[in-house]
This record gives sequence, structure tokens and C-alpha cells, in this order.
Amino acid sequence: MNKIFALAGVVIKELYRRKDFYVLFVLTALLTLAAAAMNFFHDDKIVRYVKDICLLLIWVSALLVAIVTTARQIPAEREARTIFPLLAKPVSRGQVIAGKFLGCWLATGVALFVFYFFFAIITGSREQIWPLMVYLQALWMQWAMLAVVIAMVLLGSIYFAAPSSTITICFIVVAGILGLGTHLHTVALQQPEPMQTVLTLVYYLMPHLEWYDLRDFVVYDMGLVSWPAFVLATLYAAVWTGIFLLLAWFGFRRKNLTT
Amino acid sequence: MKLSPLLALVALLALAFTLATGLASRADRWSRRDQSGNLFGMLFGDGRKLFANQFFTMADVYFHSGYYPSVFDQKSAAEKEIISASHGKKETEDDEKNEDFLGKPKDWIDAFGRHFRITQHTHLENHTEREILPWLRLAADLDPQKIETFTVGAFFLREHLNRPDQAEAFLREGLRNNPANCEILFELGRIYHESNHDRARARNVWELGVKKFLALTPEQMKDDKLIFEELVVNLAHLEEEAGNYGPAINWLHAAQTVSPNPAGLQTQIDDLQKKLTAQVPVVPAKLY
Repeated sequence: MNKIFALAGVVIKELYRRKDFYVLFVLTALLTLAAAAMNFFHDDKIVRYVKDICLLLIWVSALLVAIVTTARQIPAEREARTIFPLLAKPVSRGQVIAGKFLGCWLATGVALFVFYFFFAIITGSREQIWPLMVYLQALWMQWAMLAVVIAMVLLGSIYFAAPSSTITICFIVVAGILGLGTHLHTVALQQPEPMQTVLTLVYYLMPHLEWYDLRDFVVYDMGLVSWPAFVLATLYAAVWTGIFLLLAWFGFRRKNLTT
Repeated sequence: MKLSPLLALVALLALAFTLATGLASRADRWSRRDQSGNLFGMLFGDGRKLFANQFFTMADVYFHSGYYPSVFDQKSAAEKEIISASHGKKETEDDEKNEDFLGKPKDWIDAFGRHFRITQHTHLENHTEREILPWLRLAADLDPQKIETFTVGAFFLREHLNRPDQAEAFLREGLRNNPANCEILFELGRIYHESNHDRARARNVWELGVKKFLALTPEQMKDDKLIFEELVVNLAHLEEEAGNYGPAINWLHAAQTVSPNPAGLQTQIDDLQKKLTAQVPVVPAKLY
């Protein structure tokens, strides 16, 4: 376990040495502050559009941080040939996968916490209310979803040739699930066979990342999601993370690292 | 021949400056984007109108607190509720049923997923209606010819947020962009009549609305029949309040030409007729 934490520590250090997070955070902050500074009909109590814009930027930024950081991990180690001394420590290939996953997940969690802290300060200063539990629930759900995404990207980084293709494909898949996930069954029922069966199978077999998007609950002040559903969703994310990590480990175990 | 890089830079800068002075006046005529008066016009040109409808829909989404059908949900293309609310239409039980676009869960994934979606049909109330205003403002900036944006915005500002001054300013902006529009004039008259209790200005604005309607082509008149009826019926009520029963009867006769229920209006005309005959004529007193 110590080896996994040591590997994760390296990934976290890499994130705060790189400029991606800082650029995205500054961009999010600037756009949110610009939106908040706008005056509509001389009414300074209007706040939901600011929440909406800020949360959208947080979602995009967190996905960018998670996918781009993860996709680079193993290809970079192979390219720099640092993977060989790492595996000679000795560290098993499974521990490399686990360490890289944990590092990326924790690093994304830190980034997410900073984003939500900024969000709470901006909206709280306008609304004068602090629904911290709602924010924490939204943060946790997003972080749980990012665990699935990170594990998926790690799997992709083993099979795809270059980080750029991993990043592009993973972005398309995640955006597709988030946008279409809930409606895929409805769309499937309107298709002729065999497309109907194929889409229905995809609907039941894909990870439903769209459940983890609680932005509407935050923006429209709808309170908390029921706790049993919240726990079950966390469990579901853990199961999918496990599936992707196992697949990544299977792939990485057989991977020829010299080519 | 060797050319100094510094000299080349100075020469290029001089050339750029000379060309700029020569071309600046002509370039103004090449594009009219910078004359559009707002940022969106400058950035998107006429393409901005494509986004205006999306922002107007966002206002309706906010009005429903996020409970809104997506493009995948089966729902009849009904009028947006912010528009029907601005026309004073109250929601019936049937309307509520029609708007339950979710229906029963299709499978366990759909059922579980509903824990993380808004599934209650609610509307903004108690001054939270202000949250729709940013989207209406943006829609108005993107497409100043979209009349509903101004009338709906003005309705919520006046009726729900008690801001008739802002409502009037918004409608005036709409009127500057659409000088011949009788719907905006009707809303403006409502502000003067219902909020400011200024009968004379309301009468002037509504009468101007009627003039604008009568100047329309027969095809355009067909589309604006409802608004004409509202104009003349409101003018009739205004004249009745003022005790001018004769003009009130005339306005109701005008309303009968477009109303789907002329018999109902006839009853009102008969009542006014009785009041008119009962009215004691004012006889001027003898001066000497």
C-alpha cells in the first residue's frame, strides 16, 4: 500500500507543478466574476445564472484536468523510459495502475475542492445562504463520477497509441454518456432492428455518468438527493471504477513496454 | 545588398500605417457588424438570432425550476409557459397533466436516475421570477425583433417584481427596435393603466396600437387579431371607467369584428347602452 501511495504522491506533485489546473481555475474565476458583475434590470439579487455558468465551467475544467492528466501518465513513463526503473523497485504492474489511479483521483479531488470553495464563496456572497451539504453532495458525486472517468482513461491509455487519441476518444465517450445517457433507451425504441437491440444493450451496459450531475439541484435550490440513492450511486461508481481498473491491469500486465 | 532588420521593421511599420490610413474609411463600408450597437451583433452578425430562441427557452426552463422536457422527451409543441402566463392564462389541471412529460419510469435505470433529476413541476414565485430576467435580456440583445422577449420580460417585471419603471424601459427599447408593433404598445398601455393609473397615456398608447394594427396588410392583421381584440376591449373598459359610455360602445363594436364570442360582447354593449341612456345630460348653468 505504501508503494501505491508513493506513486500517487508523485502524480499529485506533477499536477501542481504543471500549469493546466492554474490556467483552468483562473479562466473559470474570471468568467464567473465577469458574469457576476453583469447587471440585469438593476437587480442585484439575481444569482442562478451565475451558479449555472460557474458549475458548467467547473464540470468542463474538472473533466479536462482528470482526462488530460490521466491520459499522459503511462505513455509519459514509457516514453521517458522511467517505467523500467519503476518496475525494478520492485513495484508490480498492478501497483503502478493503482498508484496512478489514486494519484490522478486525489489530484482531481484537490482541484475540485478548490473550484467548489470558490463557487461557495461567490454564490454565498450574493445569496447570503450557505447550503454546504448540497455543495458537498454535488462535489462528492462529481468526484465519484471522475473516479470512473479516470479509470476509463487509464484503460484507454494502455490500449490507444497516443495520449491525444485517448483524450479525444474519452472526451467523446464521456460527453456522449452525459448528454445522451438518460435518453438512449428512448432513442433505441424508435430505431429499427438490429439497431434497437444494439442501443438497448449499450444503454444497460454503459456506466451511467449522468446520474452524478447534480448541477440542477444546486442551481434551482432543490435540496439534497435522498441518502440511500446517494450511497447506491457511490457504490455503482466504485463498481465501474473497479471494472475499468481490472481491465487496465489485465491489459498492462501483458503489455510489451519496450516497443 | 544587406538590409538592416531594424530598417526593414521600420519600413514595414510605415507601410502598414500608410495602408491603414488609406483603407480605414473604405473598410467601414465592407462590414456593418460594428454598427450593430451591441457586442453580440459585432461578434455574430445576423447569426446571433439563432441563439436568441435558445436563451428565451432558457428563461422558460428557469421558470419551471429545471423541470423541462429535452429534445428526446415526447411533448406536444405547446406555447411556452412564460408566454401564456404573460397573457394572463392560469394553468388548469389538464395543463399540469400535459406537462408531466416524464411519465412512468421505463426501466430500473430510468427509475433510479430520477433520484438525481428534478421531477417536480414547480414554477418560480415570490419574487424568484427575477431569475428568468438575464436570459430574456440576452435574448433581447441577440434578437431585438423577437417581440415576446419584450412583452414577457415587461410582464414579469411589472406583475411579479413590481418594477413598472424597468418594464417601461424594456418595452421602450422593444418599441425602438419594432416601431410598428401593436403588441408592445398594448403592454406599454397596461403599465400606464394598471401600474401608473395614468388613463390619458394609456388611452394614447392603445389608440396608437389600434392605428398601427389598421395600417397592417390583411395577412398581418390575421396574425394580430387577438392583440387587436385585447387593445379595443381594454380601451372600452378604460372609457367605461372614465364614464365615456359612447366611445366604450364604439370600441366594443370594433372588438365584435374579430372576437370569437361576439354575443358576449353584445351583452356588455347592452349594459353600456342602458348606462348611457340613464346618464343625466350635463346642462351648462346660465351665466347670467
